[in-house]
Amino acid sequence: MRASRIIILALCILLLPIRSFAEPEESQSFNVSEYIFGHISDAYDWHITTVNDHHISIPLPVILIDGGVHVFSSEKLAHGAEYDGYRIAAKGEPSEGKIVRASDGTRPLDISITKNVCGLIIDSVLLVVLILLCARWYRRHNVLKEAPTGLAGLLEPVIVTIEQDVIKDAVGPEYQKFSPYLLTAFFFILINNLMGIVPFFPGGANITGNIAVTMAMALFTFLAVNLFGTRHYWKEVLWPDVPLFLKAIPIMPVIEIIGMFTKPFSLMIRLFANMLAGHIMLLSTIAVIFLTVKLGPLINGSLSLISVLFGIFLDVLELLVAFIQAYVFTMLSSVFIGLAHPQPETH
Amino acid sequence: MSLITPDFGLLFWMVVIFGAVFFLLAKFGFPVITKAVRERSEHIEQSLRAAEEARLSLERFAEDQNRLIEQTKVERAEILKAASDERNAMIAKAHEDASAEAAKILRNARDEIAAEQELARRELRSELSALSVAVAEKIVRKELDTADGQKQLLDKYVEEAVQSQVN
Repeated sequence: MRASRIIILALCILLLPIRSFAEPEESQSFNVSEYIFGHISDAYDWHITTVNDHHISIPLPVILIDGGVHVFSSEKLAHGAEYDGYRIAAKGEPSEGKIVRASDGTRPLDISITKNVCGLIIDSVLLVVLILLCARWYRRHNVLKEAPTGLAGLLEPVIVTIEQDVIKDAVGPEYQKFSPYLLTAFFFILINNLMGIVPFFPGGANITGNIAVTMAMALFTFLAVNLFGTRHYWKEVLWPDVPLFLKAIPIMPVIEIIGMFTKPFSLMIRLFANMLAGHIMLLSTIAVIFLTVKLGPLINGSLSLISVLFGIFLDVLELLVAFIQAYVFTMLSSVFIGLAHPQPETH
Repeated sequence: MSLITPDFGLLFWMVVIFGAVFFLLAKFGFPVITKAVRERSEHIEQSLRAAEEARLSLERFAEDQNRLIEQTKVERAEILKAASDERNAMIAKAHEDASAEAAKILRNARDEIAAEQELARRELRSELSALSVAVAEKIVRKELDTADGQKQLLDKYVEEAVQSQVN
């Protein structure tokens, strides 16, 4: 009991600076949707924090292909400025927040290193370094004589669990061909999910909650399923074992072909929606602190306490969700790959 | 809503980055780890099997040993029994031999004694007969001193002779 009281007291003290920082915003009305969408959307610069109305952000390179390659810093476009014939579309325009031609507001081919791309690069480098360091341990040690230590000891149980319990069971006897892809997908999603929870610079980008990212992941699974599908699989798609009238007017083949696309589509939507919802929930909870500033110190303080406690709960929940979503994506991808490799004995 | 429309730039970079990550990890990362782990689990499996085999052979060995011990015990008992039988037989035979020998010795002794006795008897008899002849001679000489006596003796002889004739 005493411990919990101390924790609550400590949280109250921790809340004091948040309140004082929140004070200046009282003058401008706090826009929740702007606040939330600002955090979950992609951006051309990486906004780190705002101290006394002074934005601290990392400018990122803008790359446009529009009759030649245009590369410049996103700093040049800050605050609605126009540069090289381009500007960031203002609020209310069709491609709001994106770089458009200053003349007619149309989009050039835009492959800028945005906040999400930058986050992807950071997380990917981190992942590659982690896994290669782990692999180096196995190269340098005799696995028959030594138990894995350090990073290898940390990652090995996860790798073995995913490979043996998820991939092997779902894919079937040919699992070794697919396990590098599925393991990469698992760890890629996991590290991006986890980094998305970290609230400051190298993390905090809403990567796996972005539909382009999950779309690419789903696309890779789609390719892994269909490029390596066996003849049995294609026969099941195009000429399934159903009464003739169901495939003469191609009802079943059409359904099966639609199914080919709905499977990765569901993967895309599941991961995207779960991670996005997690971020929105967390941000909304934190937004309560800023929203209630106007209601006076008592309500603001007590609601802040509640929102911090709830925020801790949500953060912990998000840790679980980060793992579960990576796990589910890997498991379903494995299942889809396994379905594309039907075992002869079942027919 | 830009939230649910995938952005081409990000999609492009995502494909490039994930492709690169996949290439690196699938070539230098995961296969190394999974191969090592598989190797180890195979090794563990083999070791377990070898241990099981060793345990079985040890068990078999112990069984063999026990059987050998049992067999040895039986053999020892048999040998002991045979030895004791032989001993008993030897003793019995020795007894027999000894008693036969003793009987033989006894018989010989008896025969010798009997022979000795016969000899002695014969000697005694001859001596006795000589003595009796001498006594008879003396008696006869004395009786014949008187005529009456001579006559009587003659009668007696006649009578005896008649009697033996009748018989």
